[in-house]
Amino acid sequence: MTKTITDVICPFCGTLCDDVEVVVSDDGKQLLEVYNACVIGTEKFLHSQSKDRVTRPRLHQPDGSWKEISYDEAAEYTAQMLANAKKPLMFGWSSTNCEAQSVGNEIAEITRACCDNTAATCHGTSLIAIQDIGLPSCTLGEIKNRADRVIFWGCNPAHAHPRHMSRYSIFPRGFFTSKGQMSRKMIVVDPRVTDTAKMADVHLQVEQGKDYELLNALRVAFKGEWLPDVVAGIPKEKIREAADMMKSGRFGIIFFGMGVTQSLGKNHNIDEAIAVTKDLNEYTKFSIMPMRGHYNVTGSGEVFAWQFGFPYAVDLTRGFARYNPGDTSTIDLLIRGEVDAMFTIGSDPGAHFPISAVKQFAHLPSVCIDPHLTPTSGVSKLHVPVAFNGVETGGNCYRMDNVPIDCRKVVEPPEGMLTDEQFLIKVRDRVRQLKGAA
Amino acid sequence: MATINVNLISGRSIQQGVAIEGGKEKPAYRTAAGIIELDPSDLKKLGAWKNTNVKVTSDFGSVIVKATETSQGPHPGLGFIPMGPWANAIIDPNTYSTGMPTFKGVPVKVEVAINEPILLGIELVQKLCGVK
Amino acid sequence: MSEYIIKNGHVFDPVQGVKGDKADVSIKDGKIVDKVGSGAKVIDAKGKTVMAGAVEIHAHIAGPKVNMGRIYRPEDKLFTCTPTRGMERMGGGNSIPTTFKTGYEYAKMGYTTAMEAAMPPLFSRHVHEEIRDTPIIDEAAFPVFGNNWFVLEYLKDHEIENTAAYIAWLLRVTKGYAVKVVNPGGTEAWAWGLNCLSVNDPVPYFDITPAEIVKGLIEANEYLGLPHSLHIHPNNLGNPGCYETTLDTLKLAEGIKARNKFGREQVMHLTHSQFHSYGGTNWGDFESKAKEITDYVNKNKNITIDTGNVTLDETTTMTADGPFEHHLTGLNHLKWANIDVELETGSGVVPYIYSPNISVCAIQWAIGLEIALLSKDPMRCYITTDHPNAGPFTRYPRVIKWLMSTKAREAQINAFKHKDKVLSQTGLGTMDREISLYEIAQMTRAGPAKSLGLSGMCGGLKPGMDADVAVYDFNPDKPVVNPDDIEKAFSRCAHVFKSGVEVVTNGEIVNNGHKRTLWVNVKVKENPQVMRDINEKFLKYYSITQANYEALGHHFVPNPYTVEVDATQVQV
Repeated sequence: MTKTITDVICPFCGTLCDDVEVVVSDDGKQLLEVYNACVIGTEKFLHSQSKDRVTRPRLHQPDGSWKEISYDEAAEYTAQMLANAKKPLMFGWSSTNCEAQSVGNEIAEITRACCDNTAATCHGTSLIAIQDIGLPSCTLGEIKNRADRVIFWGCNPAHAHPRHMSRYSIFPRGFFTSKGQMSRKMIVVDPRVTDTAKMADVHLQVEQGKDYELLNALRVAFKGEWLPDVVAGIPKEKIREAADMMKSGRFGIIFFGMGVTQSLGKNHNIDEAIAVTKDLNEYTKFSIMPMRGHYNVTGSGEVFAWQFGFPYAVDLTRGFARYNPGDTSTIDLLIRGEVDAMFTIGSDPGAHFPISAVKQFAHLPSVCIDPHLTPTSGVSKLHVPVAFNGVETGGNCYRMDNVPIDCRKVVEPPEGMLTDEQFLIKVRDRVRQLKGAA
Repeated sequence: MATINVNLISGRSIQQGVAIEGGKEKPAYRTAAGIIELDPSDLKKLGAWKNTNVKVTSDFGSVIVKATETSQGPHPGLGFIPMGPWANAIIDPNTYSTGMPTFKGVPVKVEVAINEPILLGIELVQKLCGVK
Repeated sequence: MSEYIIKNGHVFDPVQGVKGDKADVSIKDGKIVDKVGSGAKVIDAKGKTVMAGAVEIHAHIAGPKVNMGRIYRPEDKLFTCTPTRGMERMGGGNSIPTTFKTGYEYAKMGYTTAMEAAMPPLFSRHVHEEIRDTPIIDEAAFPVFGNNWFVLEYLKDHEIENTAAYIAWLLRVTKGYAVKVVNPGGTEAWAWGLNCLSVNDPVPYFDITPAEIVKGLIEANEYLGLPHSLHIHPNNLGNPGCYETTLDTLKLAEGIKARNKFGREQVMHLTHSQFHSYGGTNWGDFESKAKEITDYVNKNKNITIDTGNVTLDETTTMTADGPFEHHLTGLNHLKWANIDVELETGSGVVPYIYSPNISVCAIQWAIGLEIALLSKDPMRCYITTDHPNAGPFTRYPRVIKWLMSTKAREAQINAFKHKDKVLSQTGLGTMDREISLYEIAQMTRAGPAKSLGLSGMCGGLKPGMDADVAVYDFNPDKPVVNPDDIEKAFSRCAHVFKSGVEVVTNGEIVNNGHKRTLWVNVKVKENPQVMRDINEKFLKYYSITQANYEALGHHFVPNPYTVEVDATQVQV
């Protein structure tokens, strides 16, 4: 017999869909079917059942093979590594729950580590911009119920947040938007004609890397002032058309992503996008929201902030928290060769960092906590697989609009496997002993 | 054989998303992310059929990927490698003190490399790092 | 060590009417007791002031807008970071301290209970996570109701019983404590970029006025018999002339009697009244209406207030009054954050510098003090800074100094660039009242505890109450030579006990105690209609499912203290 678990939260992206249904075996040990999730979420739930999972920690040997060790031995290795390092880096945190993040923070504080999350390669530049200019924003339900102007700037939700448009931003029939998609006008700004752009009422195929200029031109267009014939590859008529469309709405939202956070201009692009939003509030109601990637990078930022005061790139090496992106941020720390031990959890820097940064930690003492085999685990000295958060263990996570949703456990992890939190608690307790901490 | 210069960007694709959840050690990851999506006009300039192995070179490195015809086009002059170790072998690591590497907007040269193999994901990173 | 005797201190306890007599305070197993055995640890309080732990009735210390403030103001941490040290985790932040620092700083000043002033229900988990990570002090959070779609719809048709049933449900699923109202109707209007600036401005679409919202919520609150009353931040905050809107709001409570089993006598708590006591028509003729407001409150005993004192610091404003924050960024052009919350509320964050060189700021400072000095009943007027809006809570010792010493007030007035404006636009210059220690105890302990319905538990030193005790290095028998000594003494306690555990010794944290999260569990008659309405709104309008809304789970509220209320027998 089977049972169906409803209201399951999908632990993949910042959309954090919470209407997933999972069918499990009666004994709760096998996950059989997934409903309502997108193809990526479905794969995540189903892959947890794969028979070739690594279920025990393994230590990399000089000849390239891996030796299986116990969780206790792995905790000892990790604790020793962090306690003995001068400047350890604890990176990732975005694919695990807030309880685990909190234990990780305790460890970082005792061992005086640098800690950082995947905002480093994602919305870190947005955070810098927010720290300069602020952030007029709202929750996703406000979009569902009120928005009649939806702009996707430098992001492709059809591929990266597949159910975003159906759950929140384009299709839903909300309280004041009962005509659903027909209630809304959609503008997409992207150098490619993406699957998202193909749905838009207006696609501004901006010259790649020239988003700042186009944002600035919109601010000029709002004021009805003079524009050059073409800005960032877009003719001024189209710019004015988009500006008028935005001003004429009664509730607008700009969703933005890596197209503007990762291209040259970086935080300045976001600053200008937020300025566009602020300007629009002189005429109508407008908000802006970053499309967060990992399902709990937002949570990591929140936990870092309420415990240490800063949302990412936190340096605890002097016994108190310091923050200075470019100096205390992960890529820069690695490339300058300042780190002497690498601890990765809930992320895959091996795959997602520039290779020159990966090379810097590939030969350091290193631990990778991840249920999967990844490029990071492939170049780390110790790989500790853990239960899948959101599938085999629950825990609090924060959606891209900062709404906290408590993920559920739907199926048992493989026999004897620990969760992130359980493993980190072992490490913390051992590190306390080693450092003689309170 | 011709070489072309394109502006490289990297980012998500739904196939890449499914592949990472299926396991980065698997061939599906290479199929999804070990590619460069090019506009048909650029493939023509390159003188290559789609699904040909190519070598992509920037100031920061080079990598062998499969050239595919883009599904997110037209975008002449722009090349797209989904986020992952193939893209990160060649994108610009410079953060300009913002902490963020320049994943989007890297000038690259693309040339046909029919006989060069495309490595699997973990294999590629291990090789580039000199790890067994 | 569960027995203590605090000997020979000067005790100030309004609950027992003790006005500075030398007396011993005995602690056993977490409670104040009549006496203890000879094995009790002796705390020498000779020459010191002994009071119950202080009760913070309104501060923004946990939740999404607080954390937004932390995230977007790295500069707030400059020069204010404290290292990991002994029992203390590292801390940082001046106007928005990190959660560990918040707990430590309150405790070191002798505060043992604090109320998070505004919890957006959709974010209750976030509020509780931060509360959990705030050591030592007991806390509770007030969910906001004044812009909630259920409330707006029910009260349009004056459905008090349904409103009450919804309030009971929401308090339970968010683990909330009281009915908080912020800018009633105006924050829903702000979702369209509009506002409600008077109690009669109708809310767009919902077509209900703030007056109807407030009146209805007072009735629902008394129907349920909750421990605290409606707690309100009225419309039109911060604008010259707003005192009229404040009086209109206060008048809504006229004739209504409190109904509850907790000793609460008020039906409305007006919060940060300083921001709501402005006269004039613009920033040029801006003046104090503290007298008009306090005259009304003095006469109407079913109202309590807190001051919202300006401390003349650089700080961060944050409030569920979203439109006000947009207005403020228009004035000072500092970075603006805004978070509108579906179906429920909104919020905004803007930094603010209360400069002593700006006449408006000096007048605001004076108004806050006037309110305290003109209030005739210290059991109904409490000291706050609406932290961090008018100033950081760490300035309470400074506010106490200003209230207790005309000399200190004069020194500050003389230091203002526009001293003349303070004297012409407010009445502070001629006020020579000096608040006594006993009155301070009323305004920071017994008064707020009573208003919150916690008078049996905290705010006093009567046997049976929780052993929350603060000992200050301040000798009431010695005349005060330098008023700064008052500030110094109240900044760092000699001893603080929380629930019978010594948590602070000589100004240092020595134990984290076992903080509790207070919340109110109201039993009401079954109400299928309200449950249906809730189901429907989750299905159609919320962006999360109903099953995922409730803040369940040990990791959110690890140590709950539940206040039980039975409202099943009430008739409308």
